[in-house]
Amino acid sequence: MRKYILKRFIYMIVLLAVMSVFAFVVIQLPPGDYLTSYIASLQQQMGEVDESVVLNLRRQYGLDRPMWQQYFLWMRNMFQGDFGQSFQWRQPVKTLIATRMPMTIVLSVITLLFAYAVAVPTGIYSARHQYSVGDYVASILGFIGLATPSFFLALILMYYSNRYLGLSVGGFYSPEFQNAPWSFARLWDLCKHLPIPVIVIGLASMANVIRILRATLLDELKRPYVVAARARGLKENKMIYKYPVRVALNPIISSIGSILPSIVSGATVTAIVLDIPTVGSLLYNALLSQDMYLAGACVIMLTAITIVGTFISDILLVVVDPRIRLQ
Amino acid sequence: MALFKKKKADVSMEEAMYMETQAQLIWRKFKKHKLAMAGMIILIVLYVVGFFSEFFATQDIAKRSTTAISMAPTKIHFVDAEGNFSLQPFVYGLKQEEDPVTWRKYYVEDTTQKYPLRFFYHGDPYKLLGFIPGDIHFFGTPQPDVFFPFGTDLSGRDLYSRVLSALRISLTTGLVGVFFTFILGCLFGGISGFYGGIADTVIQRVIEFLMSMPSIPLWMALAAAFPTTWSSLQTYFAITIILSLIGWTSLARVVRGKLLELRNEDFVTAARVAGASDGYIITKHLLPSFSSYLIVNVTLAIPGMILSETSLSFLGIGLTPPIVSLGVLLQDAQSINTVSMYPWMMIPGLFVVIAVLAFNFVGDGLRDAADPYK
Repeated sequence: MRKYILKRFIYMIVLLAVMSVFAFVVIQLPPGDYLTSYIASLQQQMGEVDESVVLNLRRQYGLDRPMWQQYFLWMRNMFQGDFGQSFQWRQPVKTLIATRMPMTIVLSVITLLFAYAVAVPTGIYSARHQYSVGDYVASILGFIGLATPSFFLALILMYYSNRYLGLSVGGFYSPEFQNAPWSFARLWDLCKHLPIPVIVIGLASMANVIRILRATLLDELKRPYVVAARARGLKENKMIYKYPVRVALNPIISSIGSILPSIVSGATVTAIVLDIPTVGSLLYNALLSQDMYLAGACVIMLTAITIVGTFISDILLVVVDPRIRLQ
Repeated sequence: MALFKKKKADVSMEEAMYMETQAQLIWRKFKKHKLAMAGMIILIVLYVVGFFSEFFATQDIAKRSTTAISMAPTKIHFVDAEGNFSLQPFVYGLKQEEDPVTWRKYYVEDTTQKYPLRFFYHGDPYKLLGFIPGDIHFFGTPQPDVFFPFGTDLSGRDLYSRVLSALRISLTTGLVGVFFTFILGCLFGGISGFYGGIADTVIQRVIEFLMSMPSIPLWMALAAAFPTTWSSLQTYFAITIILSLIGWTSLARVVRGKLLELRNEDFVTAARVAGASDGYIITKHLLPSFSSYLIVNVTLAIPGMILSETSLSFLGIGLTPPIVSLGVLLQDAQSINTVSMYPWMMIPGLFVVIAVLAFNFVGDGLRDAADPYK
């Protein structure tokens, strides 16, 4: 098993490296760079800009080197902790991302936990009471979550929670707690703001998990060992949770690896709509203004979250499924 | 064999069932699935209406009205103010009135002006699909600025006509995107599954790599890379290609899995011994044998594409005005203002939900129908 974990760890590092190249290439794709728009605005203000000024600016920002040199320079700086300077915000990229990274991770993790915490019991209930009212309601809710675009759902929930529940919406904190030091009141305020983003992002994944769990469990419940266990007098509940559910959980755990990317994606769009300061919304603004270093760092951070999450899910799968351990 | 082919008339009903092709068998089982049939009907309606959107619309999508800004959907009446029932529905004209307290302007029905609604009336001229001129509209009234089934937006444009036009763009984006996905998925899955070895390992790693990436940040980065000087048609195709570049992985996995199962079958060996080339074996023998899985996968991939395109356009980095897609329409519905005061602007979102649900139902129905073990 140790060999397997080591193999997946090395694979994770390789993936991250490839991701960084990909992110860099993608950021370089738009024609022109930040300097073209900066110089254009300079020209507007000061008239003609001298050729030497342009060259100096290019050299200062390192934009005159060939592409691969820029990439290695960027990677070397990143390992030393210097993520470059954001042109738009005029701050080091590191500070910008560091302020938003914790909440991004927290949001994604809480959404994942919420999605699974709701989906697993619902899926089990759906499978055990097939075709009942609860099953249909769960299926319908699942389909709605699957079909509604996340931003649309966010808008609707935002409006109705504001109107009917009086909650202040948008962002992680209410205005009065935005810059306040940590206290229980602030924590409670955060908890009041989290449900909408978490529900919006998690609903689609929840629907998927319920579907998978229901189908797998239905298959398992038809097996002979279930009938045999019942015949031997095992209590229904205990038997269900100890045997068929455990088998059905396998595909669920291996699906964490594919659900986490969709949660991070959904978090990006939702964060833009609900005006939540996460790395995703930072990326959006960076792309709109062609802020190269910031956008590249954001892409890397977001994919790093996903890749690390996938790695953790692989480990979990090994722990839960003895068949992989023995390979 | 052709020698023994019975004429259709000679075959009894039970025998006919044994001679049915796979497609007919699947269709027969599909018909039993009520939800899937409903989904298919909805999809057919949506596609027909979207394809001929100029005919079904009530007016031109860019026509702005200065008298009907942000108006709620027009109510259709059958009974007029005096209590007379008429079989032909009609709408009332509008008067603008001002709320004395807030000074906000709102529209009130003017019961003195009645405009009957008819089918196939001569209205605004249009070019169907961009090149067939015509001016017959499906349902409405020739009087301008009166009949707005879904209300109007902030510029006074009829939302109903715009939604129909948006349906065409959004729904065909899904189809075109899925077409490219199909090609890429079959190509890479085919190579990976059929040849195995190094090609398989490499392609598998690439697939894992692509699947472990969050899609929306990457799409955003790719879509932001377009020069803004491209024409709308070019951006449209570029968006669909981008969507399929990251979406082909699940289809490739399915193809690879099936090919691995099937490439050791006897009929493949027999074909090879008979001298068939690899390409011939893949396309003529292997692919048709799991075509049902392919169709299901493709059908279930379309709603994902539609949702992604809607999200991207909503964020402003997918399709942009003047192309009208459901995401672009939802951009106008972005603020709390809209949700509270002009809730009808969210109707495009409803259409997205309906289309995606319909595709999901059809895909589920196809999957159940194609499964030989049920």
